[in-house]
Amino acid sequence: MSFFSGFKRLTCLTLLLSVLFAGGFSFTSIPVFAKIANAEEAVKSEGTTTEAVKEGEKKAEYPPAPKLTAADYPQIGGFNPRVLVWIVAQLHLWFAAFVLAVPIFVLIIEAIGMATKDQRYDDMAYEFIKVSMAAYSITAIMGGLLTFTLLVFYPDLFKYMSSLFSRSMLAYAFLFFAESASLYVYYYGWHWLEGGFRKWVHLTIGLVLNFVGTVLMLLANAWVTFSMSPNGVDPATGAFLGSEWDVIHNFLWNPLNLHRVIANIAYGGSIIGAYAAYKFLSSSLKEEKAHYDWMGYTANVIAVAGLLPLPFAGYWLTAEIYAYSQQMGITLMGGAFAWLFIMQAVLIGALFLSVNYYLWCGMGRSEGSIRYTKYIKWIAAAIVGCFLVWFTPHTLVLTNQELKALGGPYHKYLGPLGIMPAKNTAVNIMIILTFLSFTLYRRANKIATVSWAAAGSAVQAAIFTGAIGNIIWLGVYHGYFTNTAYKVAASIPQVLSTLVVIVATLIIDSMMFKGAKDVGPLQWGKIPDRSQYALFTLAVSFTWLMGLMGYVRSGIRQHWHVNSIMRDNSLQAYTPTIGYAAQIVTTAAVIFMAIVIFVFWLSNISAKKSAAH
Amino acid sequence: MKSFLKIVLFCVLVFGGFVGFANFGIPQVKPAPPPTEEKLDLGNMTMDQFIALGDKIFNGKGTCTLCHNNVGKRAPMLDGAAEEAVANNAPLRLKDPRYKGKATTPEEYIRESMKEPSAFVVATFGSDGDTKSPMPNVTTGSIGMSEAEVDAVIAFLQNKAGVEVTVKIPVGAPPSAEGGEAAPAAPAKTPEEVIAKFGCGACHKIGKEEGALGPDLTHIGKSKNEAYLRRGILDPEAEIAKNCPGAPCSPGMMPADFGAKMTGSELEMLVQYLVKSK
Repeated sequence: MSFFSGFKRLTCLTLLLSVLFAGGFSFTSIPVFAKIANAEEAVKSEGTTTEAVKEGEKKAEYPPAPKLTAADYPQIGGFNPRVLVWIVAQLHLWFAAFVLAVPIFVLIIEAIGMATKDQRYDDMAYEFIKVSMAAYSITAIMGGLLTFTLLVFYPDLFKYMSSLFSRSMLAYAFLFFAESASLYVYYYGWHWLEGGFRKWVHLTIGLVLNFVGTVLMLLANAWVTFSMSPNGVDPATGAFLGSEWDVIHNFLWNPLNLHRVIANIAYGGSIIGAYAAYKFLSSSLKEEKAHYDWMGYTANVIAVAGLLPLPFAGYWLTAEIYAYSQQMGITLMGGAFAWLFIMQAVLIGALFLSVNYYLWCGMGRSEGSIRYTKYIKWIAAAIVGCFLVWFTPHTLVLTNQELKALGGPYHKYLGPLGIMPAKNTAVNIMIILTFLSFTLYRRANKIATVSWAAAGSAVQAAIFTGAIGNIIWLGVYHGYFTNTAYKVAASIPQVLSTLVVIVATLIIDSMMFKGAKDVGPLQWGKIPDRSQYALFTLAVSFTWLMGLMGYVRSGIRQHWHVNSIMRDNSLQAYTPTIGYAAQIVTTAAVIFMAIVIFVFWLSNISAKKSAAH
Repeated sequence: MKSFLKIVLFCVLVFGGFVGFANFGIPQVKPAPPPTEEKLDLGNMTMDQFIALGDKIFNGKGTCTLCHNNVGKRAPMLDGAAEEAVANNAPLRLKDPRYKGKATTPEEYIRESMKEPSAFVVATFGSDGDTKSPMPNVTTGSIGMSEAEVDAVIAFLQNKAGVEVTVKIPVGAPPSAEGGEAAPAAPAKTPEEVIAKFGCGACHKIGKEEGALGPDLTHIGKSKNEAYLRRGILDPEAEIAKNCPGAPCSPGMMPADFGAKMTGSELEMLVQYLVKSK
């Protein structure tokens, strides 16, 4: 661990120094100081100026975005700078997503352990955070490496960005120290701060850790979204207008923030799930298998909790991209990247099917599940049906002869399934059915004792049926029999129907199963080995999906470093094909998984040493 | 160790499935390369060539068809049937009470709609009660069309609608939105540079260019010899080709002054390139 700690310190220093020196650091290069200096100048000069003159002066204070030629991009060795930066950035993002997510649910699990006084939760939370410790060091290394590669291969872009974000980059560096400090105190102080008031102190440190981590992510998100929807700069020249908050608070910042917070939780859950699956399969002791089965189940619940709202957050982000620039939105969904969403459908189908399969296998832990197993085949068939709707493309790539035979680029019957209303309908039903699997799993080992149990179940069944009917009606009527505006608008009541199902079912369940009898003790560890591969599929699919969507999010800027402001004139400014992007993403994902396995191995060694002592 | 290897193998198989599907399961759409600034020799351009240039910009650099198409219906059609064509609708829109712009003629209206799209928003295609258009100003940002290119698109739209083309070919206009004084062009060093320099792609399908006014030159070397091709460039009226897209080729379409403008090496490079285009 000391090796990584030393490396992290070095990385922190590199990051800080990089940020400071990137723009030829001086205090007046920081906009706030520059503004103060200019304001003082203005006070010294006599008279007042008109708003127009002030605006003109403000524009003149800051240089425009540089106009680059291919010669401005250093060529070093045989490196392809774009591929190098792409892989490093992706690795940094995967690790960062993991280490930012884990403390969120560790804090929640720790709090549940404290409230229920069940030591198992506390132990599991500790094991989660232990797994993320080595990953934290690697995140820092990747962050430093990313800064370094940007400085070396894209110096003008880095200089321009750091001139706009100088304060937030500086804040980022300091917050990174704060996060490291709070993480170390949180982790190493776990056993020292046990019991009574000390536990409250520990939870507070966890809260601070999460707060700092979230702010770090929000700052980094602003750099990314600025490049897509620049704000706070002169649209004609790219010159900074003086307010860093405007630059940060750009159009796509909040949609991306929400999307990433939710996705990180789902992703963190999936990686921990893979860890538990690995430990489960490697264990031969019954107790160990039971422990890691429980851990895998909990991680899967966390992943599902993130996965269910994720399509809605993604939908909002996409809608905002359209709202910001219709041109960008159509490039995303109807242009060069349209086929990527068929690939995305395959990945999300894999995620949903893995989650459900794991839940169905897990029902074997309870004798009471026999009551519900007859429904599984129908749920499975419906989910596959939804997946196929999502998977159906709108336009087909055809030869001229095929085009003539078909009478157009759309299939007569399947073509209508290719548009968004059909896909929105499918995804909402898929989410409801996944939630149904989860609901059946939860009640498999319970027998409700309240007098109105039958009525409660009937109401729940009516809610599920009504919501699915409403979603299909909204999708069909508004999707195919009204104009474009209503197609989009109909998606909102569809989402609300899904949310009603989830919230209403949870409320009814919590009341109906209060004081419920257990069918028998849950037999943790009694789950087939093949179920653990569903957890691996979840982690692998999530990793790959994040990489692919990172490509498209970045790719819709096309040949712009900063959309419409700073053109990319490097030799790699062209947009690669999906196949090529898939190869890069896979290369990066294999490196990531190899490092993750190394991290798991490290934590294994650490656990063995602790046990030996 | 056995479990570990099984897990690794499983993960590799899943990754392999994804990357395999991405490469072989879906079509590989090659996105258009980044647009390059073309040098427009407006002084020597005929109106047909100017209209062809507008067609090329409308379907290419201008990214107009991204939204103005019949598939997504996200924006009104501009170049479709007569009742849809913007050049036909412009007089009515100028009289519409919702019109907020300053244009007085259809030509000015089309130009204004490209620069200030919210001056008039076609019903159901805007936001905020059809007062705000989602369309960007085409002369700024990522599209960045020059004034000459805007005029060429107007000429194309007027021609497409079958109304009189009122727009004039700009004389002495800057070559691109970036501006700058036009300097004498340096001799081209490759056939592709010759094609770009003399704007062959505005009318012909050649190399990466997709011109659709003159004959397709993609495989011209199969049917025509070197002497014919050289004569075709130096004296295009000597023999009028018969295979223009959609209609017979007309006399006077191809400029007759390439002999005076091209250097000897440029001419030979182009001829040899065409001979080898089989």
